[in-house]
Amino acid sequence: MYHKNEFLEISSQQKAFLKKIKKRKLLVRSTQILLLAAFFILWEVAANAGWIDPFLFSQPSRMINAMIDMAQTGILWQHIGITLYETVVGFLLGTIFGTLIAILLWWNHFVSDVTEPYLVVLNSLPKTALAPIIIVWLGNNMTSIIATALMTSIVVTIMTVLNGFLHIDNDKIKLIQTFGGTKKQVLTKVILPASIPTIISALKINVGLSFVGVIVGEFLVAQAGLGYLIVYGSQIFKLDWVMLSVILLAIMAAIMYQLIVLLEKKFLKWRL
Amino acid sequence: MSSMVELNNISISYHSISGETKAVSDLSFSVQEGEFVCIVGPSGCGKSSILSMLAGLIQPSEGNFSIHSKTNIGYMLQRDYLLEWRTIYSNACLGLEIQKKLTPENIKRVDQLLDLYGLGEFKNHMPSQLSGGMRQRAALIRTLAVQPDVLLLDEPFSALDYQTRLSVSDEIGTIIKKEKKTAILVSHDISEAISLSDRVIVLSHRPARVKAIHKIELSVEDRTPMRAREAPEFKDYFNQIWKELDVHVS
Repeated sequence: MYHKNEFLEISSQQKAFLKKIKKRKLLVRSTQILLLAAFFILWEVAANAGWIDPFLFSQPSRMINAMIDMAQTGILWQHIGITLYETVVGFLLGTIFGTLIAILLWWNHFVSDVTEPYLVVLNSLPKTALAPIIIVWLGNNMTSIIATALMTSIVVTIMTVLNGFLHIDNDKIKLIQTFGGTKKQVLTKVILPASIPTIISALKINVGLSFVGVIVGEFLVAQAGLGYLIVYGSQIFKLDWVMLSVILLAIMAAIMYQLIVLLEKKFLKWRL
Repeated sequence: MSSMVELNNISISYHSISGETKAVSDLSFSVQEGEFVCIVGPSGCGKSSILSMLAGLIQPSEGNFSIHSKTNIGYMLQRDYLLEWRTIYSNACLGLEIQKKLTPENIKRVDQLLDLYGLGEFKNHMPSQLSGGMRQRAALIRTLAVQPDVLLLDEPFSALDYQTRLSVSDEIGTIIKKEKKTAILVSHDISEAISLSDRVIVLSHRPARVKAIHKIELSVEDRTPMRAREAPEFKDYFNQIWKELDVHVS
């Protein structure tokens, strides 16, 4: 039932209830922040007090100094930029091609039945195992890294999106058919719009997977990027670089994930 | 009066690995123009298959059927199936959009229908904001928008609770009469069938055959589905059809 004036008057009990919810939310959030701060402070103190060896474990202050140094020479931005570029391109290609292949498999049942066992095997195969082969084929360059990122995310995209397509209520398809709709109209009017939630959840999985592909690619290609910085730093015992890169990766992944959440809110207004 | 829909010796079978299921066997009946016919039968007797066949979604395995002036068929399903990501207005236009008939006149007609049947101010609402009865009305407008000659109704009220069901079937029955549409309703609800239709066709257990056909004549003035239930003949029809349906509760 539709109520226009549902929220006009709020009773005192309702106010108290809302206040309680808000208070709990604040408590959770502040505990999260405190925990993070405590972790870094403890790390810093432990290194200063000699409980851990800062040469092996690094410490927040040394990481900040390393960051300032590298930021001033501009080398930091270069590494971040390259990793970000490779990840975004790999991620977009994985999502776009994965969705297109899922559409093809939905369209043609014969092809989807034939390819099913191969997809299942490919899905369980660790795609990073293919990275050395890709590098041999495509060369020791950025293309190989993007291809590795694409490989890590495409199979799971195909499986997730196709599964979403196949779980759409058959009667909604029947509805389009009763109006004399074609298969293409079934796709554009029902299957695709109804699958936006599925595609967005595939995007969320793909953020992490694309980073895995890119970092493994950078480990192997070893020219630039945060993955390169991690490998190179660990080889010359510059653990400040290694730890800094890991933390930067965490921040980047978090930002990309949040961007997808924003996208979700924009596209899925009808679900709220 | 010419017959709008005619079925001759129709059989419908479904095939699966475990075997063949005959849903409908040697079924013949016809529906006149402007008539409201209701098909009742025990559940699972193949009633819906008949509508799917008339809509061209499945083929009969034997026999043939004809639909006079086979221009347009409107099909209403068991649930409203409004697309959640579209507004009520955009849902109502879905059929026109698919048939590429979004002309200014047709759009105006959708607007009129929405206004006429009390959804005018909910045009821009999402389906989730509407009650079950309103959603069902929106689904009917979506069906009427393409100006069908024949309406096929596949238990369109079965997903609603009893009270909503009574008022919605009353509303929708009245709308269909007012728009002078030929309608074939499939139902397992005997009182719904009697209250709405001009004729009731009773089917047997699967494979479905015609068991009896009743012309419903009720002595009420200004017959609406709701008033029909008050007619003195109502319970006689009910008892008769109930016996024919031969429902065993063990």
